[in-house]
Amino acid sequence: MSQKNRRKIMVDIDTLIEKSLQGEKLATARLISMVERGDQQTPYILEKMYPHSGNAYYIGMTGPPGAGKSTIVNKLVKLFCKSSYRVGVIAVDPSSPFSGGALLGDRIRMNAKSQTYDYFFRSMSAGRAMGGLSRTTKEASRILDASGRQIVIIETVGVGQSELDVAKATDTVLVILTPESGDHIQIMKAGLLEIADIFVVNKSDRPGAENIAHSVRGMLDRRHARLQWRPHVFMTSTLMNKGINELHEGIWTHHRYLQQNGNLEKRRKFQIKEELQQRIETELSDILWQHIIDDEKIEQLVAEVWLHKISPLNAARKIVAEWLGKGKIIQKTFSTK
Amino acid sequence: MNRRIRVLMAKLGLDIHWRGVYLVSEFLKEAGMEVVYLGNSFPEQIVEAAIEEDADVVGLSTLSGNHMTLGPKVVKLLKEKGMGHVKVFMGGVMPPKDAVKLEAEHGIHKVYLPDTSMETIIEGIKSSMRDS
Repeated sequence: MSQKNRRKIMVDIDTLIEKSLQGEKLATARLISMVERGDQQTPYILEKMYPHSGNAYYIGMTGPPGAGKSTIVNKLVKLFCKSSYRVGVIAVDPSSPFSGGALLGDRIRMNAKSQTYDYFFRSMSAGRAMGGLSRTTKEASRILDASGRQIVIIETVGVGQSELDVAKATDTVLVILTPESGDHIQIMKAGLLEIADIFVVNKSDRPGAENIAHSVRGMLDRRHARLQWRPHVFMTSTLMNKGINELHEGIWTHHRYLQQNGNLEKRRKFQIKEELQQRIETELSDILWQHIIDDEKIEQLVAEVWLHKISPLNAARKIVAEWLGKGKIIQKTFSTK
Repeated sequence: MNRRIRVLMAKLGLDIHWRGVYLVSEFLKEAGMEVVYLGNSFPEQIVEAAIEEDADVVGLSTLSGNHMTLGPKVVKLLKEKGMGHVKVFMGGVMPPKDAVKLEAEHGIHKVYLPDTSMETIIEGIKSSMRDS
C-alpha cells in the first residue's frame, strides 16, 4: 500500500509542531499519525514536543469489554469541560490478529458536542501490543499534553486480568467493573484489580452490584495496611445518570493525594524508569533482529528443534551467542551450555 | 512502517438503517483498514472527527434521502477545514442520476449503489489512496 503521495501538500514539520503547540487540532492529529506509523521524523517530533509535556493530569480507564468505559469517559469529559479544562482522550481498541485492521468503536459513545465542549478525541488500534494500550499510545498522549490538553484520558481496550500497561502511563487508574464481573474469588485474584486507584462498579442499576462493591471493599480491607492510598469504590449507572458526579469528585480527591508528599513525582519517576528499561530492550531487540532475521541458521535450528535435537531455549542462546561473537563481544554472559 | 488506511464511517443525519454501514465497516476491517465508527452524525461532527482521527477516507451511509443536502456539505466543510485531501465515499439508496451528480459536481469520490460488491468498495478505497 503506497501512501507516498498521501498528502498533496508537503507540510513543514516545524510548522506542524509549532501549530500543535498552539493547540491546533489538525496539526496535532497529524503529528500523532506520524508517530503512530513510525515515521522517520518521530524522534525529532518527540524531542520538540516532550519538553512541553508533563503538565497534564493523566487518567487511565480500564476494565472488561462492555463495562461502560467509553460511556463514562463521555460523561467525565463533559464534567471536566464544564470546569473549563481542555481535555484530550485516547481510546484504544483491538486490532485483528489476522488482517491487522480494526474497528474502532469508542467514538460512538461520545455525544458531547465539540462546539460546546473543548475536547480532542482520538481512536487508536492496539496493533500487536498485548498490554491494553498500543505501542505509541504514550507518545500520542504526550503530544496531546504538549498541545495544551490539561487532562488526558487514556482508555484501554477491553481487558481481562493482566493488561496493566495503563498503570505505567497514567496518574490515576480507574478500573471499571460491572455486576457481572465475577464472584469473591475473582476479586481476590492478582493483576488488574491491584492497579486501581479508583474502583467503579458501573451498571449498578442491575442486581449484584452491591455484592461486587462489597467484595472489592473486603479485599481492600485486608490489603489496607499495605496500601498508601486506599482506592475508593464508586457505584455508577450511566444509564440512570447516577454516581457520575461523585466519581468526578473522587478523581479530584486522588489528584489532591498525588499533589502531597511528592506522590506524583514518585509515581512518574517510577514509570519513567520502567519505560526506559522497556525501550532499551526494544532498541536492542530491533538491532538484534535486523541481523538475525535473514540468517539461514534460523531455519536450520527450527529443523533441529522440530527433531528434538536441541531445546528452543538452547537454540535461542546459540543464535544470540553467535551473533555476539560476530560483533566481537565477549560471549561469557551468554553461554550455550 | 506504512500506516493503515484510516476510514471514518458515519450514518448521515438521523438515518437509522444500520445494516449496510455495519457490514461495510466490518469488511473494511477485514481488508486491513482501521475503521473509526462514528454512528449517526451531522456534517459538522463528521468533519470534526475526521480532523481529530486524521482520516484518509470518510464513508457516508445514507438511505433516507438526505444525500443531496448533507453529502456535499461534508465535502465543503472538509475543504474549508484544510482536509481537502480526504476522499469522501457514499453508499446507500438514491436515484442513479443523483449518484452521477454527486460524483460529477459535488466532489464525492465515489457513490456505491445497492448490489455493489464488497471487493469493489475495498478496491475503490485502496485505489483512491494510490492515485491521490
